[in-house]
Amino acid sequence: MRNGGDKPGGPKAGPGANWDRLGASWFIDKGVQVLVFVGGTSAIIFVVGIFVFITREGWPFIRDTLDFAEFFGSPRWNPTSDHNPTYGALALIVGTASVTGLAMLIAIPFSLGAAIYIAEFAQGRTREVLKVLVEMLAAIPSVVWGFIGLTVMNPLIIDMFNVPVGLTVLNSGLILGLMAAPIMTTIAEDALKAVPDGYREAAEAMGATKLQVVFKVVLPAAKNGLVAAVLLGVGRGFGETMAVLMASGHSVNLPTSVFDSVRALTATIAAELGETAHGSDHYRVLFTLGIFLFIVTFIINLLADIFVRGVRKKG
Amino acid sequence: MVGQELQSPATEAMVEVRDLTIRYGTEAVLRNVSLEVREHEIFGIIGPAGSGKTSFLRVLNRMDQMTTGMSWDGDVTFAGRDIRKVRNLYGLRSRVGVVFPLPVGLPLTVYNNVALSPRLRGIRNRQQLDEIVERCLRRAALWDEVKDRLDSLGSLLSGGQQQRLTIARALSQEPDLLLLDEFSIAVDPVTTMRIEDVLKELKKEITIVLVTNLVQQARRLADRTAFFLTGDCIEVRPTEEMFEAPDRDQRTREYVEGRFG
Repeated sequence: MRNGGDKPGGPKAGPGANWDRLGASWFIDKGVQVLVFVGGTSAIIFVVGIFVFITREGWPFIRDTLDFAEFFGSPRWNPTSDHNPTYGALALIVGTASVTGLAMLIAIPFSLGAAIYIAEFAQGRTREVLKVLVEMLAAIPSVVWGFIGLTVMNPLIIDMFNVPVGLTVLNSGLILGLMAAPIMTTIAEDALKAVPDGYREAAEAMGATKLQVVFKVVLPAAKNGLVAAVLLGVGRGFGETMAVLMASGHSVNLPTSVFDSVRALTATIAAELGETAHGSDHYRVLFTLGIFLFIVTFIINLLADIFVRGVRKKG
Repeated sequence: MVGQELQSPATEAMVEVRDLTIRYGTEAVLRNVSLEVREHEIFGIIGPAGSGKTSFLRVLNRMDQMTTGMSWDGDVTFAGRDIRKVRNLYGLRSRVGVVFPLPVGLPLTVYNNVALSPRLRGIRNRQQLDEIVERCLRRAALWDEVKDRLDSLGSLLSGGQQQRLTIARALSQEPDLLLLDEFSIAVDPVTTMRIEDVLKELKKEITIVLVTNLVQQARRLADRTAFFLTGDCIEVRPTEEMFEAPDRDQRTREYVEGRFG
């Protein structure tokens, strides 16, 4: 204890005189900071590395052979022809977009509704059981979903709508929507749960109904997380391969209705890459599709980031 | 100037501030403040909301590092050392305890909340820890209420209890300098009085900077008081003079008499 009168000297001589020494814990702290920095930057290095790799494999084709008008404008995908190969990716792009679009139309209302119910309305046991079930749904492998599309949905669609083929935009969109919904539900529910209870109490104390609380207070507060959940679903739809390959019919086609078969970008790469000669034009055009997918996903993520930042600045 | 003050032990400066200007982005929230906090005093800072009191405390503990856009100019020394040139920031912060206006009960048990800082310092001995925990909780006027549930979560205590837990935790650091930012905001008057008594005792051992909205609290506790108003330090003088002196600033008089703010 240091008393005013008999203290031995000024503040410099107090018990804390050594506090500016760099002790072991300071060095451990700096060391761990370096390790974490390396860990964080290595993720960037891997992403850049993958991009460099697929670009190197696809670049000779883009430089020498690719006709942009044909690639983005023609639905004629016939890279294996001996005499006159054509590389029109329009049908594949539309195929992926239509399946993903239908999937999101189904998944967004379902998953947001489920998330709102679980986070805001369900109580006690119901809530816990639902959460576990949703997480179990998210764990089903995509090939199982493809299998369901092939063996359950296919005959069902043929019977119900009286169409010749059941492997269609409708089938794969439904399957993809059901696949994406559980993950979107989980993320959206986390976003809703992260809204402090004080917000709900403050709103309910004013006499707001449960529904008003959800729509006027909780949803706006959780907006960023909900947008993230939706964009994660879109990314999932774009990147999903196996289920779409199995349920979409895998035929190159510009769809005019949901009962047409289509072929997706990812499914094309998966199905054809194994049969191409390394370094051939066919091999390289598949990498070009990969570059295209990469860029689209990158733009979606960038937009999401810009959107979330913009919202944050205002708030 | 620094040399002169160090020669005379009666006015030993724990904290010396020269021309401190604090900015968020380009907006200055505190301008050209110069003052000193002497060892073993309670230094009060009063002033209406938005006058830069909390920002001032943040600089003393170098918490500007955690706030994006916050920057400061000027010289600040703690125990004779320029805090801008401190090599071990963790060391500085371990010597400077802070109590924020809103209670922060860490998601640990009551016991572990208070034992955290001693453990960070390397104290492992259970008996020693027990003593520190009990002493700090008693000083924060919380011991009687929680002695039977030291193992329940600190974040489950009531608001006022969490605030006293926060004070106990700051005391467990055994700091040289304790920064209190409106500590009594969530504490009932009786408990506030008990804590104030403890603070008066504590100043024999440590130095305290007390930011408060309650002018009368500054009057009860502070040896000297500064009056901040919209980013300017209007005056610093012995607390009683703030309330009595005929030559005090017009604005000071109006504020302490409750005519604005």
